[in-house]
Amino acid sequence: MSTAGELLEVSLGPQHPSTHGVFRMNAVLDGETIVKLKPVMGYLHRNHEQIGEGITYIGSFPFTDRLDYFSAMSNNFGLAIAIEKLGGITASERGEYLRIIMAELTRLVNHTAVTGFLLNDMGAFGTPLLYAFREREKILDLFEAASGSRMMCNYVRPGGVRQDVPEDWLKQAKEIVDHYPHFLDEFEKLLTENEIIRQRAQNVGVLSKELAVNASITGPMLRASGVDYDIRKVDGYSLYPRFSFRVPLGSVGDVYDRYYIRILEMRQSVKILQQALKDIPEGPAISPKGAAMGKAPRTFRPAKNEAYGRIEAPKGELGFYLVSDGSPQPYRYHVRAPSFVNLTVLEDLCIGHKVADAIIILGSIDIVLGEVDR
Amino acid sequence: MLPLEELKSVIQELLPGVPLDLEAGSLLVSSKDLITVCRCLKNTERFSLDYLANLTVVDYPPERMEVIYHFYSMLKKHGPVALKVKVEREKPSVPSVTPLWRGAEFQEREAYDLFGVVFEGHPDLRRILMWEGFKGHPMRKDYIVEDQDAVETLSP
Repeated sequence: MSTAGELLEVSLGPQHPSTHGVFRMNAVLDGETIVKLKPVMGYLHRNHEQIGEGITYIGSFPFTDRLDYFSAMSNNFGLAIAIEKLGGITASERGEYLRIIMAELTRLVNHTAVTGFLLNDMGAFGTPLLYAFREREKILDLFEAASGSRMMCNYVRPGGVRQDVPEDWLKQAKEIVDHYPHFLDEFEKLLTENEIIRQRAQNVGVLSKELAVNASITGPMLRASGVDYDIRKVDGYSLYPRFSFRVPLGSVGDVYDRYYIRILEMRQSVKILQQALKDIPEGPAISPKGAAMGKAPRTFRPAKNEAYGRIEAPKGELGFYLVSDGSPQPYRYHVRAPSFVNLTVLEDLCIGHKVADAIIILGSIDIVLGEVDR
Repeated sequence: MLPLEELKSVIQELLPGVPLDLEAGSLLVSSKDLITVCRCLKNTERFSLDYLANLTVVDYPPERMEVIYHFYSMLKKHGPVALKVKVEREKPSVPSVTPLWRGAEFQEREAYDLFGVVFEGHPDLRRILMWEGFKGHPMRKDYIVEDQDAVETLSP
C-alpha cells in the first residue's frame, strides 16, 4: 500500500501548550511538510468593543488591561492617547515621564517573556523561561508598588497616571533598570551564539520586506524584516522625541532575527528608561483636566468627533478608534490589535516548513489571545 | 502629509470624474470608486500609502453604515489618511481591498463577522471571531444580547 501524495489534516490546538492560549491551527500536511494552514481564533472573544460602547470612556481602562495581558500599561497608554486626541486633553510633564517609564518597562517584560516562551517552543524546556521570568518578576513588583496590581495595572489615564509613584520607587526602578543589561548579557551568552538555536531558527519562516509592509505587519516582526518603522519615532507621541534611542533592524526576517531584534530593542528600552529616570521632573502626576475626568467620568462628553490614536506597543501598532456622539459613552470604540493583524501572514510563513517549525514561527510572531480575540 | 483639502484637489486632478467629499477629517468616496481611489493612493509616488493600519465599520441605524480605512505610508513616514465609504444598512457591501493590501484580510473578515458588511472579492470571507453557524452580527447597534437580563434574574 502506498501513501505517497496523500494529505493529512491535523488540528493543532486549541488546547495545546505551544499555541500560547486557546488558538487553533488547521494544518494540511504532506508527510511532515505543511502545505496549508488556517488559523482559527475567537475562543476568547468577549466583544470587548461592545462592552466599551456601553460604559464611559474611562470605564474601559480596566478592560484594556485584559487585551494583551502581558502589557497592561501599554494598553492603557494607547487608549489614553486616543482619548486625549478626542477630547483635547494634554498630559502633565511628570505624568508623561511616568507613562513612558511604564511603557518601556512593559516592553522589557513582554520581550523577556516572549523570548523565554520562544525557547520553550524550540524545546529548551524551562531554563531560559525561568531566567526570563526571574527578571520579569522584579518589574512586576515595581508595577504592583505603583498601581496595586502586578498584571492588571489600570494605571495610565488621559492626562497622566492615576496616582504618583510611591517614595523610593524611582530609586528601586533605577536599580532594576541598571541591572538589566547584565541580565541581557547573561541571557545572550546562553542564547545568541547558541548553535542549536541557530540551526533551529535561522532561515525559518522568512518574511520579506514587501509582504511585511503589504500585510500591515508592525512591531518587532516588521523591523526584523528590515523595515525602519517605529511609531515612537514616526509619530513622536508623548515625549519620545526627547529621548535618544535607535531603532534596531533585522536583515533576513527569519525567526532568529525576530528573536534577536527583541534583545536589541530591550537594550534601547533600557537606554530610554535610564534617561527618563534621570530627568523626571517634580510636579503633578496628572493634568487638571485628566484628574477631573477621573473623578467624574460622566462629565467627560467630547464634542461630536472621531479620533484614531496609536502607540508602539511591545507587539506592534496598538490603535484605538473612537467616535463620539457627544454623550459620556463612545459611540464606536474599536481596537486595532497588533497580534491579530500580525497573524495574517502565519500561513505564508509556515508553508513548506515542518510542523515543529510552525510552532516556533507562531512563537516568534508573539501573540496574546486576549488581544487577538478581544 | 498634505492637508485634507489639498489632498482632495490633488486626487481630483489625477482622477477626473471621481466625486470626492470631505467629512469630519476624512475623505468620502462612493463604494464604486473605492478601488480606483485606493489604487491611486497606494501607487501615486507622492502619497505612497503602502500601509493599511486600520479598517473598521461604524453602524448608524436605521439607514447607513460607514466603512473606515486609516492609511499610512511606511516609505514616506506620513499619514494618516482616513477614507470613508457609506453603505446601505439593508444590504451592506463594498469591494474588498485585500488584493491591494493583504493587511485587510483579517480586518475585513472581522468587519464581516461583527457587522455583516460583505467585502466583494475577498479571497476567503468567513466569520473569524464568532463561530460558524452563529446568527446575526453582534456589533450592530440593534443586536439584542441573548441573556441580557440573566444578571438580573440571577441576583435576588
